[in-house]
Amino acid sequence: MAERPVLAEALKAHGISRRGFLKYCASLTSLMALPPALAPKVAHALENAARPSVIWLSFQECTGCTESITRSHAPTIEDLIFNTVSLDYHHTLQAASGHAAEEARMKAMEEHYGKYLVIVDGSIPVGNPAYSCIAGISNLDMLKETAAGAAAIVAVGTCAAYGGIPHADPNPTGAVAVSEIIKDKPIINVPGCPPIPIVMTSVLAHFLTFGLPELDELGRPKAFFGETIHDRCYRRPFYDQGKFAEAFDDEGARLGWCLYKLGCKGPTTKSVCATVKWNDGTSFPIQSGHPCLGCTEPDFWDNGGFYKPLSMPAGDYRKLGLAAVAGGAALGVAGGAIARATKSKAAAAHETVDAHDLEKKS
Amino acid sequence: MNNPYFDLLMWARGPGFDIALTIMVGGILLRVVEILVLGRKRDLATAKGSPVGQGVKTIFTRSFPRKGLVPFAPITYIGGYIFHIGFAIAFLFLGAHIALIDGLLGLSWPAANRAIVESATALAVIALFALLYTRITDPVRRALSTFGDYLVWLLSLLPLVLGYVAVNKLFGDPTLMMALHILSAEALMVAFPFTKLMHAVTFLMARYYNGSIQGRKGAES
Ligand code: SF4
Ligand code: SF4
Repeated sequence: MAERPVLAEALKAHGISRRGFLKYCASLTSLMALPPALAPKVAHALENAARPSVIWLSFQECTGCTESITRSHAPTIEDLIFNTVSLDYHHTLQAASGHAAEEARMKAMEEHYGKYLVIVDGSIPVGNPAYSCIAGISNLDMLKETAAGAAAIVAVGTCAAYGGIPHADPNPTGAVAVSEIIKDKPIINVPGCPPIPIVMTSVLAHFLTFGLPELDELGRPKAFFGETIHDRCYRRPFYDQGKFAEAFDDEGARLGWCLYKLGCKGPTTKSVCATVKWNDGTSFPIQSGHPCLGCTEPDFWDNGGFYKPLSMPAGDYRKLGLAAVAGGAALGVAGGAIARATKSKAAAAHETVDAHDLEKKS
Repeated sequence: MNNPYFDLLMWARGPGFDIALTIMVGGILLRVVEILVLGRKRDLATAKGSPVGQGVKTIFTRSFPRKGLVPFAPITYIGGYIFHIGFAIAFLFLGAHIALIDGLLGLSWPAANRAIVESATALAVIALFALLYTRITDPVRRALSTFGDYLVWLLSLLPLVLGYVAVNKLFGDPTLMMALHILSAEALMVAFPFTKLMHAVTFLMARYYNGSIQGRKGAES
């Protein structure tokens, strides 16, 4: 891809003041849960960061993650941060295609072996690798080949991080997450369907400035996936008061009450949607009246239905309930009949004894 | 990649709940039908009083202590009331529980404020410990206690404590604690028909039966 201006020039070219840049660095610092004193260091590091080569692999996905990261209406500072990396391969965004594109990937891999960063969106089909190929190379082979020389891998989106929608039951392609295949490289999972753009760029910024961020047990940076939506939800007071919307068009929904009963997965979902929000901090799903789907968690697609409250049984309990009623009643009748039979047998076996008999026996 | 805690929660909400509900519903029916099938010989004597009226009345009157008995066993009576009322409030008025009942039976009512539900939970737990204390310290009660009694005590305690811990994120992963809370409630459901917990259903039958027998003989209860 064409050479890009380094960050300072890029900022100037886009008319962004140094003040604006420092402000961005400060918010980035707090977003990454770093002490505020580190903001100047973040700025310095970003300005002087070597432009690492980045290879972006898109596998079984909907391009939503790429859309999310690129769909900023004006060139934002996040955009520019992204421009400080040298995106050497991204088959959705790059002009070249087919073998020319693959050559670019090979070249980047050779030149930066051991140092480049691999970003993956989409899951990898292992049921039959032919389900998803690029230039005749299966996703599985391409990932293994590219990961071999990577410094680290960032799995963006729930598909790359946990298998996502392709992995949903019955998983026809045998889709798996990056971490199921690559075991010997650091992997940062940035789940979300899609992830919030600034979360993706902040993770990249963290990687550029301070290396690998601290990860939770699901491989997610703790700074962005440390708290649940429910912890930070502005509807939480209604939850605590026991005020719930029962339908999407009832009085409770109009009054902005808690969406738990409409299936909100906020209590079990870790993400910063409730604080960072979407579309430049405009809103997030719960604010626009829809429950959280839990998209940053593994298997969110199969967790019992988007509109079923978390406390409600996920299965088809009605049939089982009926079977239990019938079975229980039948067993009860049988048990009762046995007890009755025992009772009458005991009555029949009853011997009358009088005082004389007792005397005889003793 | 899987989140084992979430998988456990999904199991508890899915197959775990199905199994527990099947055993509980089937088990309750088994026990009730078994009792009813046993039957009684017809009483050919003319009734001296009203069996039905006395039976129904007894269902309610037995909910109140007999005169003089409260000072005799204060912890048992007061603790018993606090536990039962606290448990009922915690179970019936938490929003998440109402959603569950709504899903199962289609019945729903307004939820209570979290402060009320949590106070009720805390009181119920304290009452359970007071009741355990008298059970252990009083030699007669201790001699009367069986393994089943202690089991039922534990099974009643766990859902209260785990639910409180999960909602307030006191310790442990909240998703794991929520899964454990549901599993503990399922353990209670499974044990229900086969332990003294069954009294929550049979008390109606037993009280009516006692009341109606006395009523038939012309006695007031
Ligand atoms: S809307 Fe969802 S995240 Fe917000 S308080 Fe209710 S359950 Fe929690
Ligand atoms: S609110 Fe929930 S479902 Fe929506 S984007 Fe955020 S984590 Fe995903």
